[in-house]
Amino acid sequence: MSLIVKRITRYTVGLILLYGIYIVLHGHLTPGGGFAGGVIISLSFIHFVLAFGRKEAKKNIPEQFLSLGESFGAMFFLAIGLLGITAGFFFLNFIANTGTPFSLFSAGTIPFCNIAIGLKVGTGLFAIFIVLSVFKLSGEGDKK
Amino acid sequence: MPELYAVMTFMLIGAVIAVSMRGLLSSVIAVGAVGLGLCVMFLFLRAPDLAITQLVVEILMLIILIRATIGRGVSRIHCESGIWIGASFMLFSGVFILAACAALKEIPDFGRALMRVSDFYIKNALNKTGAANIVTSIILDFRAYDTLGEATVLFASVMGVLALMRKKGRKKTDERDEPDC
Repeated sequence: MSLIVKRITRYTVGLILLYGIYIVLHGHLTPGGGFAGGVIISLSFIHFVLAFGRKEAKKNIPEQFLSLGESFGAMFFLAIGLLGITAGFFFLNFIANTGTPFSLFSAGTIPFCNIAIGLKVGTGLFAIFIVLSVFKLSGEGDKK
Repeated sequence: MPELYAVMTFMLIGAVIAVSMRGLLSSVIAVGAVGLGLCVMFLFLRAPDLAITQLVVEILMLIILIRATIGRGVSRIHCESGIWIGASFMLFSGVFILAACAALKEIPDFGRALMRVSDFYIKNALNKTGAANIVTSIILDFRAYDTLGEATVLFASVMGVLALMRKKGRKKTDERDEPDC
């Protein structure tokens, strides 16, 4: 991509990532949640890849991070569900009503579930994109 | 609700264009227009959670579809339409329309849903979970099983894409065994 796109991407990619993290963390207060925030996080990475190309992206984003984030998010979400058994049944919100409502630290396990799903969705969808765009099938020219 | 009908007409036109367009890129853009119409519709129906998710996923899918389809030669399949195909199409679409008419008469009016289960959620969500956003408290507390299933589906689909598009262990074109078709 051209210099203008790269220059603007440098400024905007961080803001988009920050907005995604905000949506994930405030999922229990405002519209949004883990899924939408995770997709916005993955869109910020995709923005980076589209502007700078694959080689630069490979240098800056380690591939291990993607599979690690995907697996860790899934395990984290399942672990929250299993922890509910200690207080009663599966997916019981065992620390509900601890914080004051309408504040960031409230709603028990729901913010943790949001974080887990956001991590999982963000890394998983970015992995799909990078696999579809990097590993091209044989018999295709490498167009720029 | 005339605005809903307007958006719905826009979506229908977009869907028809997406199917009948010859170029693949134009079809993808028309699908994106349909998704945008759905997002506006969710906003009219006062569901900002769904509107945000729909808009964001639509953008992601548009990027992935364009990136995956552009420059990839896709051949159109021509099939001859015989009389049996037309007759069976008419028969099954007639059966579907009749069944849909019978079923749609039974559901409650638009905007007046049966509130047997959701009444409980609306009244008790804040007391029981402490979350200000009722939608999140439903999908992550009362209905967390559904979310677990959805997360599993996404996990499986990511694994499927990674397995299909892998580089290691893939045979090259000339070494590949004889194709089936």
